[in-house]
Amino acid sequence: MSSLFESIDYHYILESLIKILIVFVIGLLSPVSMNWIERRTLAFMQNRLGPNRVGPFGLFQSIADGIKFLFKEDIIPLAVNKWLYIFAPVVAVIPAFMVGIVYPIGPEVYLPFIGPTTLYVTNFNIGLLYVLAMTSLGVYGMVLGGWASNSKYSLLGGLRSSAQMISYELALSLSLIAVVIHAGTLDLVKIVEGQAGWGGFKWNILALFPAGIIAFMIYLISAIAETNRIPFDLPEAETELVAGFHTEYSSSLKFAMFFMAEYVNMLTVSILATVLFLGGWNGPFVGQYPLLGPLYFFLKVFFFMFLYIWLRGTLPRFRYDQLMNFGWKFLLPAALFNILLSAVIGIFVY
Amino acid sequence: MDFVQILFLGLAALAVVAAFNMILQRNPIYSAIGLIVVLCSLAALFLLLYAQFIAAVQIIVYAGAIMVLFVFVIMLLNVREEESKTDRLKYLKWLAAPLFLALLGEVFVVIRYVNDAPAPIPSTNTLTDPSQSLGTVESIANGMFTTYVLPFEAVSVLILMAIVGSMLLARREKKEDIDRMEQALMVEQDELQEAHQSVEKSKEEVAA
Repeated sequence: MSSLFESIDYHYILESLIKILIVFVIGLLSPVSMNWIERRTLAFMQNRLGPNRVGPFGLFQSIADGIKFLFKEDIIPLAVNKWLYIFAPVVAVIPAFMVGIVYPIGPEVYLPFIGPTTLYVTNFNIGLLYVLAMTSLGVYGMVLGGWASNSKYSLLGGLRSSAQMISYELALSLSLIAVVIHAGTLDLVKIVEGQAGWGGFKWNILALFPAGIIAFMIYLISAIAETNRIPFDLPEAETELVAGFHTEYSSSLKFAMFFMAEYVNMLTVSILATVLFLGGWNGPFVGQYPLLGPLYFFLKVFFFMFLYIWLRGTLPRFRYDQLMNFGWKFLLPAALFNILLSAVIGIFVY
Repeated sequence: MDFVQILFLGLAALAVVAAFNMILQRNPIYSAIGLIVVLCSLAALFLLLYAQFIAAVQIIVYAGAIMVLFVFVIMLLNVREEESKTDRLKYLKWLAAPLFLALLGEVFVVIRYVNDAPAPIPSTNTLTDPSQSLGTVESIANGMFTTYVLPFEAVSVLILMAIVGSMLLARREKKEDIDRMEQALMVEQDELQEAHQSVEKSKEEVAA
């Protein structure tokens, strides 16, 4: 058994664990902070005030909500499938957080007291595929939650979410190929490093001129559909399905898990958009001051998170047949055409 | 025994238990969940065997797409718990044991050859050229589009045929076709009525 303990690199494991903890906290904080920003921004868009009583500017509203989730009575309806009903929110939230280990937040920087360290947990050869794999597992939470609730609204919500996720996942994955053809790797860190140059503005959306913009638009639309947000929030359309797949989950901690999974998934697709199309941590003067990297990174990610709120305040919901037609008859052919375009550009230009 | 081997054994045991769970459950949703667990633990096993690309594809294609479709269909049709039916294909029972033995033999042979295989290259991050490393996207793509390009294309043609075939089977009649058929039916009905009337007329004539 001695070789068992000798084969472990304790220093590496400790470093990784600390980084995982930081990424986990970022994941936990994103729903809390984004929820407050979302409610306030939406309120201003709709000419009202929004939550402004708890703490300065209502800043502690989300924390109060979180505490309420923790202490509310946990109701399990009589007719539900008990084990799957409890299991489903866990299935939704775990893959959402597992993506965190490949968030490329910043380059290798020199931190005081610690020395040189990389601002990501790990990078590996199949980073992009890993993100796609984990986000595609997240749908089971909604589907099983909808089925286990034993209610027609929940079931319809679960069915809709599975159909929607399968349809838009195709266009989303195909739109990424334009970037992958250019970068020649699936490693997220190497994709970001490949976008350094032009004074920090050699972002894929600009550098791959026609194909980059098309891919970005397709990605953005299908990413919003993948995260079930307005205008694609049919799995939880409140005017038709009460609350969709989480109708029976009252407002207990289990609902909070679904809520967290949704926001962490939003964070993930925002980070992926930043990394693949907007240059990740690249920006002016990052070469001289590497610590600017994370700042640029989070600014870009925040832009996408804000876009979600912006769209929510602006657009009405799609009808279901419109959603399916748009995904299969417009986005998918456009993504396929874009692959051809970027392959041709890849052969003749680069 | 090192850490990786313990992980491997644990995941392998999980896969086997989940596979049994899949077969023994009466409720189709539980069976589907069992199959998803099998696929995920297989993906983890592939990772431990330095087949990273296959691991990712295993989750994306099988667990992330095909099984979602399975669960979707089970939920859509609202399949009840399977009632204990009498086996229709009784002779299959006698095939089970020989097939199981054949599978065991296959596993035995594979294990013997794998033991003779060269040790995999441990880390991909230390290598400068990932196409030289085992199981990376680059090395698989290299093999797939150079050495094995003919089998690869043959398989893709086969899959295309399957897609076209399934679309042909599931195709709905076009609206014009339906309209034409309806018109033809109406014409037939008119003719029938006319014939009926002429028969009535002739009957009346005969009676007169």
